[in-house]
Amino acid sequence: MALLRVTSPHGHGQQSTSQVMSQVLLATLPGVAALTWFFGPGTLINIIFGGLMALAMEYVALAIRGRDPRPYLKDYSVLVTSTLLCIALPPYSSWWLLTVGMFSAVILGKHLFGGLGYNPFNPAMVGYVVLLISFPLQMSTWAAPVGWSGAPGLGEALTALLQPATYDAITLATPLDVLKHNQGLLLDDLYRESASFGQWAGLGWEWVNLGFLLGGGWLLYRRVFTWHAPLAMLATLGLAAAVGFDDGSSQSGGSPLFHWLSGASMFGAFFIITDPVSSATSLRGKLIFGALAGLLVYLIRVAGNYPDAIAFAVLIMNFAAPLIDQYTQPQTYGHGDRGEKS
Amino acid sequence: MIDTLMQNPTGIALLALLGLGAVFGALLGFAAVRFRTEGNPIADQVNQLLPQTQCGQCGFPGCRPYAEAIANGEAINKCPPGGQETIEALASLLDVEPEPLDAEHGEEKAPRVALIREAECIGCTKCIQACPVDAILGAAKVMHTVIADECTGCDLCVDPCPVDCIDMIERKTGIQHWRWQSPDVIASDRVAA
Amino acid sequence: MIEVHTIKGGIHPPEEKALSNPGHVIDCPMPPKLILPLNQHIGAAAEPIVAVGQYVLGGECLATATGLVSANVHAPTSGVIASIDDHPVPHASGLSNCCIELIPDGEDKWLALNGTDDFRQATPADLVTAIRCAGISGMGGAGFPTAVKLMASDRTPIDTLIINGTECEPYITADDTLMQVNPAGIIEGAEILAFIVGAERILFAVEDNKPEAAAALTQAVVDTASSVAREVVTFPTKYPSGGEKQLIEILTGQQVPSGKLPADLGIVCQNTGTAVAVRDAVVAGRPLTHRIVTLTGRALNKPANYRVPLGTPIEFLLSIAGYQAEQSSRLVHGGPMMGFAIDDPRIPVVKTTNCVLAPTEQEFPSAPSAQACIRCGHCAEACPASLLPQQLYWYARARDQEQLERHNLFDCIECGACAWVCPSHIPLVQYYRAAKGFIQDSREEKIRSERSQARFEARQARVEREAQAREAKRAARKAAAQAKTTQDTEEDPIQAAVARAKARKSEQEVTE
Repeated sequence: MALLRVTSPHGHGQQSTSQVMSQVLLATLPGVAALTWFFGPGTLINIIFGGLMALAMEYVALAIRGRDPRPYLKDYSVLVTSTLLCIALPPYSSWWLLTVGMFSAVILGKHLFGGLGYNPFNPAMVGYVVLLISFPLQMSTWAAPVGWSGAPGLGEALTALLQPATYDAITLATPLDVLKHNQGLLLDDLYRESASFGQWAGLGWEWVNLGFLLGGGWLLYRRVFTWHAPLAMLATLGLAAAVGFDDGSSQSGGSPLFHWLSGASMFGAFFIITDPVSSATSLRGKLIFGALAGLLVYLIRVAGNYPDAIAFAVLIMNFAAPLIDQYTQPQTYGHGDRGEKS
Repeated sequence: MIDTLMQNPTGIALLALLGLGAVFGALLGFAAVRFRTEGNPIADQVNQLLPQTQCGQCGFPGCRPYAEAIANGEAINKCPPGGQETIEALASLLDVEPEPLDAEHGEEKAPRVALIREAECIGCTKCIQACPVDAILGAAKVMHTVIADECTGCDLCVDPCPVDCIDMIERKTGIQHWRWQSPDVIASDRVAA
Repeated sequence: MIEVHTIKGGIHPPEEKALSNPGHVIDCPMPPKLILPLNQHIGAAAEPIVAVGQYVLGGECLATATGLVSANVHAPTSGVIASIDDHPVPHASGLSNCCIELIPDGEDKWLALNGTDDFRQATPADLVTAIRCAGISGMGGAGFPTAVKLMASDRTPIDTLIINGTECEPYITADDTLMQVNPAGIIEGAEILAFIVGAERILFAVEDNKPEAAAALTQAVVDTASSVAREVVTFPTKYPSGGEKQLIEILTGQQVPSGKLPADLGIVCQNTGTAVAVRDAVVAGRPLTHRIVTLTGRALNKPANYRVPLGTPIEFLLSIAGYQAEQSSRLVHGGPMMGFAIDDPRIPVVKTTNCVLAPTEQEFPSAPSAQACIRCGHCAEACPASLLPQQLYWYARARDQEQLERHNLFDCIECGACAWVCPSHIPLVQYYRAAKGFIQDSREEKIRSERSQARFEARQARVEREAQAREAKRAARKAAAQAKTTQDTEEDPIQAAVARAKARKSEQEVTE
């Protein structure tokens, strides 16, 4: 009898899940470097500690579910989840914040639904939202972007991680925060006066976003994902911002450039909404998914309670992804106008 | 009167509930008459899913009686010719949990047909009378033979034969009936031994 | 010059065509025995008309087609019929089927062949009969009896004949070689086919990775005159451009409606090898007995294109080509994308054997275990039929027949592009083949069960009728008996007799 495993096609295109995942991890480097340059080693500590916690939790979860953990640990999928979440968390977060975050992402956001490939929501965003709602204070205090020399050193960073009660942080409101709480200043004046602003957008944040843009561009070049979702999101975000810009008045929601280079815009566009498992499948669907996500980001930033909105926007669109899929199915060969329906 | 009602909140609540009950009761009564169906459509739908072997292994005299019993709450896992496939389809139709085939009623076997060993046949017509789909050709003292295309493999002819000359042979053998098999469960879903 | 269109999806696997040195044919020596399956085509098996021990000549018909969709089988050489028995055949199942075993006598004596010099003197129907008698079926891989395909022109008008020299699968170079070695035969065969179906134009389709073949065909077109428009069309290489449906879309921009045939669009598509076989049958009177087979893969010392008599055991071919068994990871009948693995190398070459592939482990590493689907969507991007392989995968695992049909599972051409790109190494095509199988089974079972139900109900009705008839008869008999008793209204005869006896007795007593 012919072996079941040996069936056509007999060759393979050589892409593998671990290759895709490791490329994503590599692509985060420019952004992480920018974060480290401006905010100190906090993000790196986050990533390392979070990564270890995530690996441990993944192993335990798979063991409890009776699955073989090796293929999953080898394909770096959980490391991608943990890295993305840790990038989104404030640097110098405490160990318990990271642990709860990893638990929410890996266990609640992924394994409870069936593991890799079965989760309807982006696990990193699930972790982020659980933390944001449960610990609003810790999640909204960001370190000040004082540059490498002024930032806390390694020792202080480890203190922040392991003995958070004794850590004294120097914090500064993020640019989105500042905009949200703007009390009647024209945007130009606001930019000049607040210490949070740099050349085009937030101090430090503009470079972080440019770093993630670079990484995302490389992933596009490597065909890890297509241009549809990121471009749709950024274009819609920019368009909405342009509509709401109002010439820089005190009521303004911020310019398109500001929105593109603030908060997690680029990070969200290239690393979060491109998660294949939880987003729309067809190319047309990805366009719709990205566009609506971009719109939601702008609306929540400007009219909602939270300064940054990527996580909420993405989770709301994850709800809508199956519906989008259903209505954006491509027309099969031989059906429709170019062939009669049989 | 409105004033007295307004003074008495319990009264209003009671009146409201009575009113709603009356309205919905009237609607339901109307629907029961207007949309009445004859017969038992569930039993028909269940019967469509059963394999129509008419073998009686489920304990009922044929597929239709079993279908009606299922429509009245009988367990769905009593049909061996239908196999697990039919149990799943019934579970899906009736919105109940599928269960494994009840071993008391038999095992799932590959589809079979009856074959009479003609050299031994005595022409007694007992098998012809037993066949629920009239798939055996013949008459008294004349050779009997099974029309293979019409035989459902129900086994009911085997016992009545006084010379035990009927074999049950597998229907789907040979290269024409071969089908591709689904791949093994994927590696990462295989439960670690 | 016609406008060339593009198909959606598709992939670009490494071609590896140069490995088998296209453009040169080596004549394969006659093997010690030939195994000729009675079924080398789509449709019913042929029926043998020879007996064991019979001596036959080359070109002699050994088995005739049964029914319309079937084909004849001929002897590739002279020899003796050794057996007509089950033997492993080229089939994905590895199962056996009935074959005629012919032992060549080495003399290669042939029947007298009668061709025709000017095929235009014959009617299309006669030519179709000649093709049918020659046992020709599609040689591109599917094996549909050519005569039946050509008869489609009786129902719908045909304006375009496409000669398919695309050969999009990697490694295979049989058609490329044929186009370079015998372009005149292809052109002439195409003329005959166009005459039969009444086509107004012929398109010779060649991918742009075969410039020599395209040039040879173009030269042959220039060198011959024709009453129909002919064009050699080259287009960018992409797998699977050579599939009939995809090729029609590339050349005409139209899509064959689902469930319909190319003939419904006025198009007939034939492989280059089939065209040459048609030419040989009509002009030379030669039945289909040989074909070009590509033997390739790095586990062979002498990969090349061989002209092989049908029925040659593949193990013989492998020994001719210098097969290194310890280096090969598997044997494939067909190409790397759609061919099936060979377990038993005793299987013979048949009319649809375009390639035998013997790769090393490095060429085609064993597939790692499949991982979870990460819903990346690459499969949908690669699908040339614009299906949703991901959804088909989920529904195939769930055995959800309704959803599979709604997602057009039966429009899948099983090209394997989706499985090629899947980063999780999921054997997608295998799921679809299995799903098609169980849906076909389920449809057959449904028809059967409906018949059984009808017969059962008819029997119930008959039994009921007979019972009623018996009941009616019994009632009638009873009524007749009742009627008889009530006729004797005054006297009950027995009572009367008793009374008479009593009366006589009492009279006797009185007189004494």
